Amino acid sequence: MTTNQQHEAYAAVQAARSTAKIQIQTLIDDLIADFFPLHGDRAGGDDPAVIGGIGQLADLPITVVGIQKGRTTQENIERHFGSALPEGYRKSLRLMKEAAKFHRPVLALINTPGAFPDKHSEDFGQGEAIARCLLEGMQLPTPILSVIVGEAGSGGALALACGDDIWMFEHSTYSILSPEGYASIMWKDATRAPEAAVKLGLTPKELLAEHIVDRVITEVTNAAQAKDLATALHARFTALMALPTAELLARRQARYRKF
Amino acid sequence: MLQPKFTPPTPAELAKRRSAIPDRLTQRCPVCGKTFFRFQAGRFMICPNCGYALRITARKRAKLLFDRFAETHKDITVPDRYTDPAYREKIAQAKKKTKLKESVLTGWATISDQHFAAGIMDPFFIMGSLGSATGEKITRLFEEATAAKAPVVLFTTSGGARMQEGIMSLMQMAKVSAAVAAHSAAGLLYITVLCDPTTGGVTASFAMQGDIILAEPHALVGFAGRRVIEQTIHESLPNDFQRAETVLQHGFIDAIVPRDQQKDVLARLLRWHQPQEAAV
Repeated sequence: MTTNQQHEAYAAVQAARSTAKIQIQTLIDDLIADFFPLHGDRAGGDDPAVIGGIGQLADLPITVVGIQKGRTTQENIERHFGSALPEGYRKSLRLMKEAAKFHRPVLALINTPGAFPDKHSEDFGQGEAIARCLLEGMQLPTPILSVIVGEAGSGGALALACGDDIWMFEHSTYSILSPEGYASIMWKDATRAPEAAVKLGLTPKELLAEHIVDRVITEVTNAAQAKDLATALHARFTALMALPTAELLARRQARYRKF
Repeated sequence: MLQPKFTPPTPAELAKRRSAIPDRLTQRCPVCGKTFFRFQAGRFMICPNCGYALRITARKRAKLLFDRFAETHKDITVPDRYTDPAYREKIAQAKKKTKLKESVLTGWATISDQHFAAGIMDPFFIMGSLGSATGEKITRLFEEATAAKAPVVLFTTSGGARMQEGIMSLMQMAKVSAAVAAHSAAGLLYITVLCDPTTGGVTASFAMQGDIILAEPHALVGFAGRRVIEQTIHESLPNDFQRAETVLQHGFIDAIVPRDQQKDVLARLLRWHQPQEAAV
C-alpha cells in the first residue's frame, strides 16, 4: 500500500464529510416540488436526524426519506451528527410502508456515519429497528432507490440502502464502518485511518466494480445540477414502476443474493 | 541456631506438584465473577451461581440440544479472495478450535419428532463474526427451509460484521434478510435464540427478525459496543446494560430460556406452529 493510495482514499473520505456538501434538506428542496414533511414513528418518537415526507418528482408523487447532518454545532447536536435513532428508522419504515400502500415509489437520501451509539438507542432497540427495515424493505412492493450523498457507514446506512438501485455521488463513501473505527478495532490505533480507508475499498469506483452500487453520479452542489439528477431519477423510477411487483421483488432479491 | 519448622520445597518439586493438578479444574464466570469447579456447570455448561449459559462451540450445542442432526454445506468456507496473511492465520486457528470451516454450523435437526432447519453460530470462530461464507450458509439454510416448507431455528452468537471482509460482510446482512423475508412470506416459522454475545450487524439483521425471539440467561444483546458508546457519548453505562434481562424488559425479547429447558420449549413452540388448514 503506497502513501499515495492512502492519501487518495482518505481524501475521498474527507470530501464525503466536507461541510460544503449539499444538505439533504436542500437536495430535497431542489429535487422535489411541494415537499410536505411527515413526522413521527407512531410509537412515541420523532427523530430530527431523519427527514421524511411526500412530494412530486416532476409529475410523479414520491415518498422521500433522508438522514441529514446539521450545518451548525447546535443543529448537529439536535440531529445527532446525522446518526439516526431507532425512532428514525421506524419513521422511515412507516413512511415506506405508507408509500407502498399507495404504489408510490421511495427515494432514500443517505448521509450518515452510522446509527447513533448511545444508551437510549440501545434501550429502544437500535438493532431491531434496523433489522426490521432490512426485513420489510426486501418485500416492500414498490420501487426503492437509494442515493448515497456523503458518508454511508455500517448497518445504519444499509437500513436505507437495501432497495432496487443504489446510486452514489462521486464524492461519497460507503463502508462497513468509518476508517477511524476500522483502524481502532483492527490495529488499536485510530490515527491509521488513511490506511484503513484503502483497506475498506469505500470509494464509488471500487464499489461500482463490486456491483455494490449501480451508478455513480456527478456531484450535485446547486439547484441547476439537481435538475439533471431529478431527470435521471424520474427515468429510473418510471422504468422500475413499469415492472410487475413480483418481478420487482424477484429482481431485488437477486440483487443481494449475488453477494 | 533455630531449626526451620519445615523444609520449603525446591522449585523443581513445586513444578512437579503443580503439574499433578488437572488443568482447567475451575472456571470463573464472566458475568458474576464467582469461581466454580467445572463439573458444577454440568453438561449444559451453566454457571452454578448465577445461571449464565457459558459460551460453547456450535458442535457441542448441536449435541446437547438435538436428538438428530445432519450437517449441510460443511465445506463452505472463507473465499480465497481474502488473502491478508493475518486474516488467513486467524481462519486457520478458528478452524482448528471449532472443527468448522465458517462461523456457523447449519443442517437439519430433530427435537422430539419436530424436524427443522437449524443454524448455530460459533463464538470461537473469529467471535462468530459474519463473513461472506457465514452469510451464504445462513441464506442457504433459509432457502432450503422455504423449499421444504420447514421452520428455522437459529442460535446467534456474534461480535457482528467481519471487519476483514469489509463491505461484503455488510452485504450479508441484506442477503440473509432477503432470504428470511422470503421464508416469512411463505408463512413459515423462524425462531431465534440469542446467545452470548449477539451484537452489531447480526443483531441489526437476522437475530432480531425471528417470529419468536428467545435468549439465554445474561446473554449480551445489543447493537453498538459498550466501549464505542462510552467513548463517543461519554455516557457511563449500568452493569445490566445490554444484558438479555434488560433487553427483555424493553420489549425486544419474548422469553429467556435456560439452556437445560430449551429442548422442551423449542419442541412445544415448533409443535404449536405446525401448518394448519385455514377454514374456507
